[in-house]
Amino acid sequence: MLEVKDFRKTYGSYVAVDGISFDVKQGEIFGLLGPNGAGKTSTLECLEGLRIPNGGSLRVAGIDPVSESRKLRDLIGVQLQSAGLPESITPDEAMKFFCAYHNVAPRIDLLERLGLLEKKNTQFYELSAGQQRRLVLALAVAHNPQVLFLDEPTAGLDVATRVELHSMMREQQTAGTTIILATHDMAEAEQMSDRVAILLKSKLVNIGTPMEITATGAGLTKISVRTQTSSLSAAEITFPAVNQYKLKDEYNIYFSTDIGETVSAIITHIDAKGDTLIDLRVERPSLEDRFLEITSSGIAQ
Amino acid sequence: MNAFIHHFTFEFRTGIRNKQLLLMNYLFPMGFYLMMGFIMAEINPPFREVIIPAMVVFTILAATLLGIPDPLVNARENGVFRSYKINGIPSISILVIPALTTILHLVIMTVIITVTAPLLFHAPSPVNWLNYGLIFVSMAIACAGLSVLIGVVSPSSRMTVLWSQLIFVPSMLLGGMMVPYSMLPDVAGKFAQLLPATQAMNAFNGLAMGKDAAFSPWGSVSMLLASGILAFGLAVYLFSWDSRNTIRRGHPLLALLVLLPYIIGIFLLA
Repeated sequence: MLEVKDFRKTYGSYVAVDGISFDVKQGEIFGLLGPNGAGKTSTLECLEGLRIPNGGSLRVAGIDPVSESRKLRDLIGVQLQSAGLPESITPDEAMKFFCAYHNVAPRIDLLERLGLLEKKNTQFYELSAGQQRRLVLALAVAHNPQVLFLDEPTAGLDVATRVELHSMMREQQTAGTTIILATHDMAEAEQMSDRVAILLKSKLVNIGTPMEITATGAGLTKISVRTQTSSLSAAEITFPAVNQYKLKDEYNIYFSTDIGETVSAIITHIDAKGDTLIDLRVERPSLEDRFLEITSSGIAQ
Repeated sequence: MNAFIHHFTFEFRTGIRNKQLLLMNYLFPMGFYLMMGFIMAEINPPFREVIIPAMVVFTILAATLLGIPDPLVNARENGVFRSYKINGIPSISILVIPALTTILHLVIMTVIITVTAPLLFHAPSPVNWLNYGLIFVSMAIACAGLSVLIGVVSPSSRMTVLWSQLIFVPSMLLGGMMVPYSMLPDVAGKFAQLLPATQAMNAFNGLAMGKDAAFSPWGSVSMLLASGILAFGLAVYLFSWDSRNTIRRGHPLLALLVLLPYIIGIFLLA
């Protein structure tokens, strides 16, 4: 559905994206991650046909975004990071206006679903930030695009709206829409994306499922243990495969390279001391942990 | 066609809904018209003879030069044009529809002035209504085109004000609305011929109000139409979807070509 091959984008002497390649399959939610200035926006803008690449090739739904940009318009939906709507337009007008240019019937049901029906005659600048983002999303999906580009879709949204928006994304995916999700929210990327690509310093440094990406890091699993009589609290107690230890809020926290070995040793120790286990939590390294690891070390794989 | 209607309807409503546009389209011209009618016509009775064309020209200048460019620059700076591009809205619609809706607001204001001036200020009505309408349309196209072009080439709102005032202020002083063209010194008269207001007043006097024109009135109509069409052409050519676009089709100074019909006119109609 989306092919990026040796893609390069420069602005004068500044290289924004330096020869990246990846494919996205139909119906996939693909997360595009990276710190500010990594090249995410340039990549998205070239895929959306807003900018012209300086090298490589791009195909979106089988179409070259540069030479066939008119065809591309009805195949893609875009939620830009900035609102991008006239201040005085109302949700009702915007829906009719944009749908008319896509030659589809206005999707008033989307306004209702996103809680904008009561605000349908309110001018855009009078809507809250969350309502503005919801409207832009409604407009992006109104013409049933094959590929949906979402740039920070949930930034500034409350929890309920965020859940609703994620549910909409899943529905779009089920209907076969391919979604490119650019976000700084690692929890969202991990939860929603089938695969993610991490851009760093204009290059693609990692790509895979969130599970694959977290597995390639240092692999330290966080084990938090709380017991009745604090038998674990003595600093001199060591357990196998533990790299780091700290005590926080009555929890003994271990960072282990081998969960089985460490947990087994902890349980044995608690039994031997006649202590009682109150709580034990095991947390795999998150995508955020791995992302921070990659970006802070600046590695280029 | 459906898309055009929705776009046109939205832009027309914006002309009333947006306080700045409401001011430029209606309140400012109306206030100025009433002030000039009640005060100027008393101080200077001959002003009654030109109050209708002068106030129509003023209304066109205010609504176009002061009303059109700034929203275009703001829309470009705020990413509205990017959003339009993504949704397949052609650049020609972005530039032409606001101009058309402004012209529709101008028609309403022109009707109000034309109907009320004889009643309120004993101003003479046009003697040739067809020519009156034609000159109005020509002036509206010339100024709307020029304003769209200013909006396209201005890098910021501040520059928009500068460019607009560069035409608006001399038009008020030299355009034949306050001081007749015949009373201007030669050099000022030549400079005044570069202004759409001068050409419109000359055409109104010679072709619609039954007065003498200072120079060829049909030449003035031709210049207005030619510069308006040229301005729209240049605006479409120089249009940029967003301010960060590093690739431009032409240098913004190409916009000065819009003066070409007037410059040619100075030599041909001398």
